[in-house]
Amino acid sequence: MQLTGAQALIKSLEQMGVDTIFGLPGGAILPVYDPLIDSSIRHILVRHEQGAGHMAEGYAMATGRPGVAMVTSGPGATNIVTPIANAHMDSTPLVVITGQVPTANIGTDAFQECDITGITMGITKHNFLVTTAHEIPRAVAAAFYIATTGRPGPVLIDVPKDVTQGMMEWWWPETIEDLDLPGYHPESEVDAALIEAAAALIAAAERPLLYVGGGVLKSRASAELLAFAERTNIPVVTTLMARGAFPDSHRLHLGMPGMHGMYAAVTAMQQSDLLITLGARFDDRVTGRLDGFAPHAKIIHADIDAAEFNKIRQADVAIRGQIKDTLSALDAATKHVGDIAPWWKTIDAWREEFPLAYDPQDPAAQLRPQAIIEAIAARSKPGTIVTSGVGQHQMWAAQHWQYETPGTWINSGGAGTMGFGVPAAIGAKAGHPDRTVWCIDGDGCFQMTAQELVTARAEGIPIKVAILNNAYLGMVRQWQEMFYEERYSEVYLSPDLPDYVKWAESMGCVGLRARTMEEAIAAIELANTINDVPVVIDFRTDASEKVFPMVPSGATNDEILVHPSQRGA
Amino acid sequence: MAVPEPFTGVTSSSPVRHHILSVLVENKAGVLARIAGLFARRGFNIYSLAVAPADDSQRFSRITIVVDAESAPLDQIRGQLNKLINVVEINDLAPREALERELLLATVEVDDETRQAVLDAVAQANAAIVDVNDTSVTLMLAGTPAACDALERQLEAFAQIELHRTGRVALPRLSSEPTRN
Repeated sequence: MQLTGAQALIKSLEQMGVDTIFGLPGGAILPVYDPLIDSSIRHILVRHEQGAGHMAEGYAMATGRPGVAMVTSGPGATNIVTPIANAHMDSTPLVVITGQVPTANIGTDAFQECDITGITMGITKHNFLVTTAHEIPRAVAAAFYIATTGRPGPVLIDVPKDVTQGMMEWWWPETIEDLDLPGYHPESEVDAALIEAAAALIAAAERPLLYVGGGVLKSRASAELLAFAERTNIPVVTTLMARGAFPDSHRLHLGMPGMHGMYAAVTAMQQSDLLITLGARFDDRVTGRLDGFAPHAKIIHADIDAAEFNKIRQADVAIRGQIKDTLSALDAATKHVGDIAPWWKTIDAWREEFPLAYDPQDPAAQLRPQAIIEAIAARSKPGTIVTSGVGQHQMWAAQHWQYETPGTWINSGGAGTMGFGVPAAIGAKAGHPDRTVWCIDGDGCFQMTAQELVTARAEGIPIKVAILNNAYLGMVRQWQEMFYEERYSEVYLSPDLPDYVKWAESMGCVGLRARTMEEAIAAIELANTINDVPVVIDFRTDASEKVFPMVPSGATNDEILVHPSQRGA
Repeated sequence: MAVPEPFTGVTSSSPVRHHILSVLVENKAGVLARIAGLFARRGFNIYSLAVAPADDSQRFSRITIVVDAESAPLDQIRGQLNKLINVVEINDLAPREALERELLLATVEVDDETRQAVLDAVAQANAAIVDVNDTSVTLMLAGTPAACDALERQLEAFAQIELHRTGRVALPRLSSEPTRN
């Protein structure tokens, strides 16, 4: 069967089971948009290529399937660089297809030419420049294989226009060998001797802690984690990237560790004598100042990526493999656990003394952002998906919403990409049309990518957006207040410019505004009744509200600042 | 009299700061850029790097990289390199276990007074003359990095037109006893 390269590309995506592509056409990718008309694949036409990338990420994080984005060459390709970098930091499986100028023009500074494989070399798991139409099926199959196996990540396929216009005899790589990846061995059997060594450390530990990272979600190991934790009674912390990997309501769960982590979670890490590290990477936002981090702890480090071992913290036992397999093996090998009752007594005292706290909402005062998040959560069904941008609202959304199941919390962790929330919510909703998706956003973030609500309305993707509008770049403001003597530099945004309600309406969404708790609850309840178009609620919140607990930058985790109401005399 | 160590290059007699990575890679466009880019963004230092087609010249190349093992732990460098999809195999060699060789090519100006001294240096170093004309000599040494260092220092006494070194390639030693270089 003779096909054009473009037809082969679409057919290859169909072979991979792709149901949704987020994209925007342009000159160099034009040939591929023609056979797309005849394909069963749904294409979601974005308003900016960055939106396509974050939507693909949201789709992937919600469904566990790779997200697919397609854009043109030059600026189309560079506009999707931020989402690629974001996916690389958070190990999100993406396949990004970029058009490229014809092969004969590469290197001549042709119209809309840019070296996107060069640009993305350091922020993709791998990338390909396809030079013949014959190679297209292999490149697509290899891209999906690489993106989804081992430690997942983004893969970019750059396809010159003459390649998509050229003819090829259709074929499909049936085996891994056909992918011609002699250097790629993503999976690894768990080493039984290391499991025994880990089990011995667990048996000897007096203050063990399960330090759970995003790798547990990637490895779909939540059930194994729950079984292991319940049998051993070892306390659990879940990082920002792992929220939902272990039920927040579970008695063993101490919450999120790190810079804005729960006091008990942060302090348990500090005091632990054994961190059982599962798919986590000792990020600086978790460790605080490294030389003061968990000084008494031995380290078991389990990860699929061996390069994470000893990168930040030396491991006593490093186990390469899927976390799912490691946990199963560890569960079988761990015959007994030391007496950790005294450890629990200490932890429970911390939990009691320093729960998550904020000043109570005064009905007449400006809205407290934490109260808004709790009010939305209280009116949401189990399985509701929450996305966020980056900043104060993100931390509050991570703290004040109870995540019970994998894939319900979607945010930008490693890269900290402002504007992630709205497009990620659209992608998540495209992947799970039956689920409610709330984007908890800040006013600064919303302004970065809000135009994708046009996409959401046009494509019938009814997400809900809660803007916690404090009229500031709030996290920067918080740092300036606390560490720069209240010298506020370039952080004020105005609550009324833009008019978020009118803006929402102009994009075909329902726009609501709430200044009091009564209005807030009415708006949330109204939003919950609207399921045909997106809803945006402009919550006017108190700009002086800060995220606590907080470990100041450069401090050790022992120097955690709890909410002012919890500080002693 | 002790000769000060030159700043550039590492001699095999210097303390174990460097390590040799012999990296088999797919012979595909951009592979060298991927490796160089990885070293740059992770802050790993490269002392020298040599590339040549490997046994199956159509599919694979061998890159011999001398790395500064103090700029990052070796297992980090290996681990990150291993994540490059086009990297097929990595062998690392401690200098003690490695047979290292490199090639030095130099063109030196000579006149009637200096010609014999240059020829003596060539003979002493087991180097070879590969080209001559009335005013200059091009010589070649294939030897250990230390031997190349020594010859390079000797040649500093003469007017040099050009001196190039390839960077080293290496194989594991077959014998456990250090061989005479």
